[in-house]
Amino acid sequence: MRLYVAVAAGGFRRYATYGTATAAGVFTNTVFGFIVAYTYLALWDERPQLGGYDQAQALTFVWISQSLLAAGALIGGGFQEELQERIRTGDIAVDLYRPADLQMWWLAADLGRAAFQLLGRGVPPTIVGALFFDLALPTGPGRWLLFLVSVWLGLVVGFALRYLVGLAAFWLLDGSGVNMMALLVSMFCSGVMLPLTVFPGAFGEVVRVLPWAAMLQVPLDVLLGEHAGAGAAGPALAFQLGWAAVLLGAGRLMQASATRKVVVQGG
Amino acid sequence: MWIRSTMTYRASFALAFFGNLATSGLDFIGIYVMFRHIDVLGGFSLPEIALLYGACAASLGLTDLLLGNTDRVGARIRDGSLDTMLVRPVPVFAQVAADRFALRRLGRVMQGLVVLGWGVAAADVSWTAGRVLLVPVMVVAGAAIFAAVLLAGAAFQFVAGDAAEVQNSFTYGGCTMLQYPPTVFGREMVRGVTFVVPLAFVNWVPALYVLGRPQPFGLPWWTAFLSPLVALAALAPASLAWRAGLRSYRSTGS
Repeated sequence: MRLYVAVAAGGFRRYATYGTATAAGVFTNTVFGFIVAYTYLALWDERPQLGGYDQAQALTFVWISQSLLAAGALIGGGFQEELQERIRTGDIAVDLYRPADLQMWWLAADLGRAAFQLLGRGVPPTIVGALFFDLALPTGPGRWLLFLVSVWLGLVVGFALRYLVGLAAFWLLDGSGVNMMALLVSMFCSGVMLPLTVFPGAFGEVVRVLPWAAMLQVPLDVLLGEHAGAGAAGPALAFQLGWAAVLLGAGRLMQASATRKVVVQGG
Repeated sequence: MWIRSTMTYRASFALAFFGNLATSGLDFIGIYVMFRHIDVLGGFSLPEIALLYGACAASLGLTDLLLGNTDRVGARIRDGSLDTMLVRPVPVFAQVAADRFALRRLGRVMQGLVVLGWGVAAADVSWTAGRVLLVPVMVVAGAAIFAAVLLAGAAFQFVAGDAAEVQNSFTYGGCTMLQYPPTVFGREMVRGVTFVVPLAFVNWVPALYVLGRPQPFGLPWWTAFLSPLVALAALAPASLAWRAGLRSYRSTGS
């Protein structure tokens, strides 16, 4: 356990090193926040209560989304390309020799990265948004705490998905195609583009139970009080926990069969 | 050379090409989903927004195809590999632009042109010779304005090192903004992209004339034809900045 804490701290420090890159990211997220906020204002002017949100809730959705983008690696970033590069070059054999579990190692490193990006890139855009727009942020600490638990679960689900994508390189060698497809699905199905509650009909219902919903839509609904109180937020958190368990399990299975493949190839 | 190397992995290229096509098309699918709930956004119909969106996406796609890799300058400054480019007998900017030239980016251009074509056909426009002429001029001049932004961004990286993401706010962010009508945004934001960073001339100003809509801030109708001049006016200081940046380059380790 101490080892994984150290790995996570390493991940945090690694991203904390790039000060100007973080500032540039904050600037970009803030600019996009303004642009999307104004389009949502126009949209909710036409259709108040669209997707079950009032205007303040819709604006909160915009700014918190911008704050979670980097941490959740929802529109790119993250570790999977690095993992794929190690698989392609064969360095992965060294990693498998280490007295640490491969999946846990990358999970720890990725959560460290996410923790930095949540603090460094996440907090400033929302503060700017709250200064310029009327947001529906909760006042009590309880809902914020539930939100943080939900964000953390969402990060684990996001990691588990990207770990599967990363391991695909054992079979494909070149991961760029599958990365692009994974990114596409993530952008469309997580709520980055539009809140998933706005998607119409049966399509919307399907999108809302897929694992990508656990990464952005569910944490935001917990924050906005769509799942008010600990009791009502329970199903939302259980939904995330369920997907995390299933996907991490799938990752273990895939890792086991990939490891056998490495042995067959002779390292 | 980069085209040939890409084509070596044909399946991967096909995936990346269609991925590129789909990623950039996703924005428009988002707008389409919005229009399942509404008839007009900021007073504009879906075909009118398609015209705005397509013009901007095609412009940015062209720029991205030709100069999209200039954001690697920061990385090259950091690891010192820009030195190699300085000793070659070809202008550094040409090398930077051709660095990892990615043909898959043609996907975005094509997607933009398709949406633009649909917008042009479906929007209610009373066509005149001037309006017909303005559509291709808008796309090319828009690409030149985005090129000026990328050039200035590349120059900025000599000062800022690893701040490549800032220019994304102006290119991708600008394009996200321009795909919606100016009536959606706050007055100060519209003023900023009209008079400070002249992104409004990429598509808003010419497209509003094509659509027969009033210009923001009561600009006269003939400003719609100024895009090429605005592009030249933006490229001049941007290329000066690039030269200044290159001259100030001291390589790593000093």
